[in-house]
Amino acid sequence: MKRLINDPYDVVEEMLEGYVLAHKDYVTLITEGEAQGRVVLSKTAKKKDKVGVIIGGGSGHEPLFLGYVGKGFADAAVIGNINTSPSPDPCYATAKAVNTGKGCIYLYGNYAGDVMNFDMGAEKADEEDGIRVETVTVTDDVISSENIEDRRGIAGMFFVFKSASAKADMGADLDEVVAAAQKCNSVTRTMGVAMSSATLPSKGGPIFEMEDGDMEIGMGIHGEPGVRRGKIEPADRVVDQIMEPILADLPFAKGDEVYVLVNSLGATPILDLHICFRRVAQILEEKGITIYKSLVGSFASSMDMAGMSVTLVRLDDELKELLDYPCDAPYFTQV
Amino acid sequence: MSEYILNKDYFIKVIEDLAVLAEEKKDYFSELDSAIGDGDHGMNLSIGFREVTKNLDSWKAEDISTLFKNVGTALLDKVGGASGPLYGGFFMKFGLPVKGKEEVTFDEFIEMMETGVAIIEKRGKAKVGDKTMVDTLRPAVDALKAAYVDEKLEPKEAMKKAAAVGSAGSDSTIPIIAKKGRAMRLGERAIGHRDPGSASSTAILAIFYNNMP
Repeated sequence: MKRLINDPYDVVEEMLEGYVLAHKDYVTLITEGEAQGRVVLSKTAKKKDKVGVIIGGGSGHEPLFLGYVGKGFADAAVIGNINTSPSPDPCYATAKAVNTGKGCIYLYGNYAGDVMNFDMGAEKADEEDGIRVETVTVTDDVISSENIEDRRGIAGMFFVFKSASAKADMGADLDEVVAAAQKCNSVTRTMGVAMSSATLPSKGGPIFEMEDGDMEIGMGIHGEPGVRRGKIEPADRVVDQIMEPILADLPFAKGDEVYVLVNSLGATPILDLHICFRRVAQILEEKGITIYKSLVGSFASSMDMAGMSVTLVRLDDELKELLDYPCDAPYFTQV
Repeated sequence: MSEYILNKDYFIKVIEDLAVLAEEKKDYFSELDSAIGDGDHGMNLSIGFREVTKNLDSWKAEDISTLFKNVGTALLDKVGGASGPLYGGFFMKFGLPVKGKEEVTFDEFIEMMETGVAIIEKRGKAKVGDKTMVDTLRPAVDALKAAYVDEKLEPKEAMKKAAAVGSAGSDSTIPIIAKKGRAMRLGERAIGHRDPGSASSTAILAIFYNNMP
């Protein structure tokens, strides 16, 4: 194992301890009561009268989720164990911590465990404190199911979180924030490729075996098997195989304007990402699709997994305004 | 013949054995989960039962219902994912039919099992054939009732049968596709792999059986 950890049972708590020390101007950790030390709270939370934006999910995908807690972005993140959704009480405690009276929205990737725990948190917030909590789950991974509502959420979560957070910061009510999140999710599509497994701290080894030199198209960010395994091919060929299902799914069409994210799953170098981006840009140009803006880097990882995903968001004026809205969080800032 | 009774010592021993199971089978459950899920099932049960072990001594004076409510709450709080609400829910509800009691009859035990399994079905929205822990638990509880109530088997014999049926239920998850959970998205690639939740449920039933007087 090539990881720098102490006791595998302490990885999440020790990461959080370090995170709030490193980014003390931005966030604090709620340790008392139901939060159980698993809630990263923005120092700007409740500073203005707005809908509370709560994101969350398992650990191991940093900078997702905690990296996007800050001014103009999410008010708080609920943190689970490695690859595992947080439990209900921290979800509940977060709603209490960020609610200004305008209600809250839960945003997370569409996984069975997350849905169960966040739903239980929302029920408790309603029953015990009368806080209205709405939920939008992100379903951007095109290859994970034919039915959109069954799809899992991966790197496209970034855009959905960003849109809803901006809408909330502009003073919109809860229904409008929900609508913004749903709108962004409905036009966001992602697909990835993996070339190695992440190392599970508890195991001290890979989640699954992968022959050196193999790649798997469509693999999820928890290492859920994808659609096809084969030998690693040149970057352009790999990007071609990812772009085709993405473009066909929405579908993206000539004349569309898109936001592009080329995302590293952890171990794929920025050099490689730009080679991939180059091919994405070529394909989009051939198709007559305009790139409005792009991000290239690690925005949703799977620890030390080698791999990459491409996300496209089809834009309109409202989504441009939301995605361009100023924000300042430890892992994403724009003026 | 005096009535068959399961006392608190039995249930405490079951909980202790579950904690041992969670440590010993951690890698096995995670391996199963690696094949069709995200590889965390073993670690998560271990995290949950370490919390149980840490507190068990202070819970031993409680009645059976409260004891299991504490176990369930610990799993719910510490585990997360799907296992937290499912197994957490099972144990939180398990003791509900016997509030305040220090020992239970076998009829009550069957009711406890039914109550626990029902919350797993409800929360997971799963039924038999979906390739989940319900494939073990539902047939096992049905078999338990049939064996004890209809076939009039002795309690321990009835539980032995239930555990065997549950184990066969876990085997039945191997050749099928999944309709719930992360494995659902694998389609036919889930075929040939045992559902990890059905495996842990089978082991849990065996512990309930093995400790019966």
